[in-house]
Amino acid sequence: MKQTISVLVENQAGVLNRITGLFSRRAFNIDSLAVGVTDDPTISRITIIVDSGNSVVEQVEKQLNKLIEVIKVRTIPEDKMIGRELALLKVNATNKTRQDIMTICDIMGAKVDDISPNSLTLELSDTPDRIDTFEAMLRPFSILEVVRTGVIALQKGGGKI
Amino acid sequence: MNGAQALIESLKRENVTHMFGYAGATICPAVDALKDAPEIGYTLVRTEQNAGHMASGYARVSGKAGVCMVTSGPGATNLITGIATAYMDSIPMVAITGQVPSHLLGRDIFQEVDITGAVAPFSKHSYLVKDPNQIPRVVREAFHIASTGRPGPVLIDIPIDVQEQELKSFDWPETVNIRGYKPSARGNDLQIKRVAEAIAKARQPIICAGGGVWLADARAELLELAEGTGIPVVKTMMGISLMSTDHPLNMGMIGAHGNFCANKALAKSDLLIMVGTRAADRAIIQPDEIQRRMATIHIDVDPAEIGKNMQAAVPLVGNVKVILRQLLDLGIQAPDCGQWRVRLRDYRDAELGRQFPSRPGSVFPGTVMRKLGARLDDNAVVCADVGQNQIFTCKYLPQKHGRLLTSGGLGTMGYALPAGVGVKVALPDRQTVVICGDGSFQMAMNELAAVKCAGMDLKILLFRNNTLGLVHQIQSKAPYHGPFGVSLDGSPDFETIAAAYGIPCVTVSEEDQLDSSIQRFLGTKGPCLMICQVHPDVSTAD
Repeated sequence: MKQTISVLVENQAGVLNRITGLFSRRAFNIDSLAVGVTDDPTISRITIIVDSGNSVVEQVEKQLNKLIEVIKVRTIPEDKMIGRELALLKVNATNKTRQDIMTICDIMGAKVDDISPNSLTLELSDTPDRIDTFEAMLRPFSILEVVRTGVIALQKGGGKI
Repeated sequence: MNGAQALIESLKRENVTHMFGYAGATICPAVDALKDAPEIGYTLVRTEQNAGHMASGYARVSGKAGVCMVTSGPGATNLITGIATAYMDSIPMVAITGQVPSHLLGRDIFQEVDITGAVAPFSKHSYLVKDPNQIPRVVREAFHIASTGRPGPVLIDIPIDVQEQELKSFDWPETVNIRGYKPSARGNDLQIKRVAEAIAKARQPIICAGGGVWLADARAELLELAEGTGIPVVKTMMGISLMSTDHPLNMGMIGAHGNFCANKALAKSDLLIMVGTRAADRAIIQPDEIQRRMATIHIDVDPAEIGKNMQAAVPLVGNVKVILRQLLDLGIQAPDCGQWRVRLRDYRDAELGRQFPSRPGSVFPGTVMRKLGARLDDNAVVCADVGQNQIFTCKYLPQKHGRLLTSGGLGTMGYALPAGVGVKVALPDRQTVVICGDGSFQMAMNELAAVKCAGMDLKILLFRNNTLGLVHQIQSKAPYHGPFGVSLDGSPDFETIAAAYGIPCVTVSEEDQLDSSIQRFLGTKGPCLMICQVHPDVSTAD
């Protein structure tokens, strides 16, 4: 089961290395990982998606908490989470197919970032599921390149972690 | 004041009075500054790994973090085993390494190695210092992290140019405030109550005590709890010396190489109270089975240990000493476990009184242990190495009120001799005995130089069977096909080795000479080596 762990860490060199190192040596699998600075420039937020059972996730949380540079760790429950991922997709597009691709973009709410005689570069920010759907819809047109950021997440409502 | 001087000044402020190390190019500024600090003693090791083990032995008996300092590259990589050994046994240690000039970092220059990266999996924390003004803060934090919460080794890596640069000012922080590091001390009151209730209801309870009790200095509280409630006590290898062998509640050591009585107690108990132990694989072989059969209470300072190897019915996180005091203050109703105690006591007495095998021309290690123990001081410190010698020591050496130090977690051969040196530095007047096999002794015997240099009154007992005994024992059973690659042919004559260091030696190969030999060994002024001839086929199960 996929679970989202939000980690506040000191914004310092080497911290990411410690976190990824911890995952590999304790044999925890990371589905995705996204890092960025917070409103406080001394703190970064790392969003980690782990595909494991509850006891493993509990152990991941505890081990993360042991790292000195980790300030806070929270697992965000699925129903209380706003999770988004950004994807850029470059897809083959000719005069014949461009309009069909645009229709899919309209339906999914994606944006066109770049156009060339034989390609379109599209941008979609959404849940991982919907990005998967978008990607699947575009596959028949031949996708040239895809890049995804990994999920970033906050919990709903006024609370903070 | 330059970075190196700031480092030494910071160590003084942390009340460091001794360091173990090995000099090299990139640590020269710090070594130079150490020359001007006569209040800090220094032991030069013969290989860096042993600086770590010495610091470990020192830390375990002094209650202060041990300090070791080595150079970059091979100095740092040699120290790795010392750091990992300390990490697995949660020993407070600060390791300082020199590093290549900071502007050349990452270019693979002479004696460069990414040591902070290398030790990440088995250190509590590490620092790479790039600004000399940060040195006081980093040292202060390193000692705080190493010695609080669940203790462990912390590494400080300092490039040579940072050691040489002048500080703007030496600012010693009075307090430490690390926002991501706040170990909890007190146990949750509700959980404490649940523990007291569970104990009152139990009929076959046992306390399983580990190294965490030593680390929290909670031996007195443990004994008070056990004696106040009459609950029998078993120990892991790391907690073995918490209770004297003749204590009526002491049921011995659990685990793969443990005492029969202790394992029986563990298997048949209805309430297991784990105190300062992580339920490691060697101690608790089938955690699932234990979990299924009995209620468990787990008291530990590290929340990550609770539920890692075993799910406890009542987890209790905090400082073991504080929690035990909370429990005692609450007042615990002693459970009705008299019958259980008697049953276990019978097993225990049978085991303690058991006859050991005997072979002419050799001595049985168990017999040596009994006889040695009878003659040791009440508060003697014994450092056991790794292998058969360790198992025999842990199983059969009668404990009084001293300490038994061994590398329990990592199982590092060659630990005992340097650890013994560290003990002697911390407690020069304490009777200290190192116990090794001929395999482990040869991993560390170069440190006899430190013993000789300081004229240390360190006693070294060597079991000589010319084989790696424990491996020999493993290979003698299925699925293996007999011993291979374990014969220690080519070993030197250890009497001559001792003589070369000017250390007297006693050799014994008949059991009827054991008493007089041990008397001579312990009675010798200064260091002494005692060689006990052991048959290569002796097994720890004999």
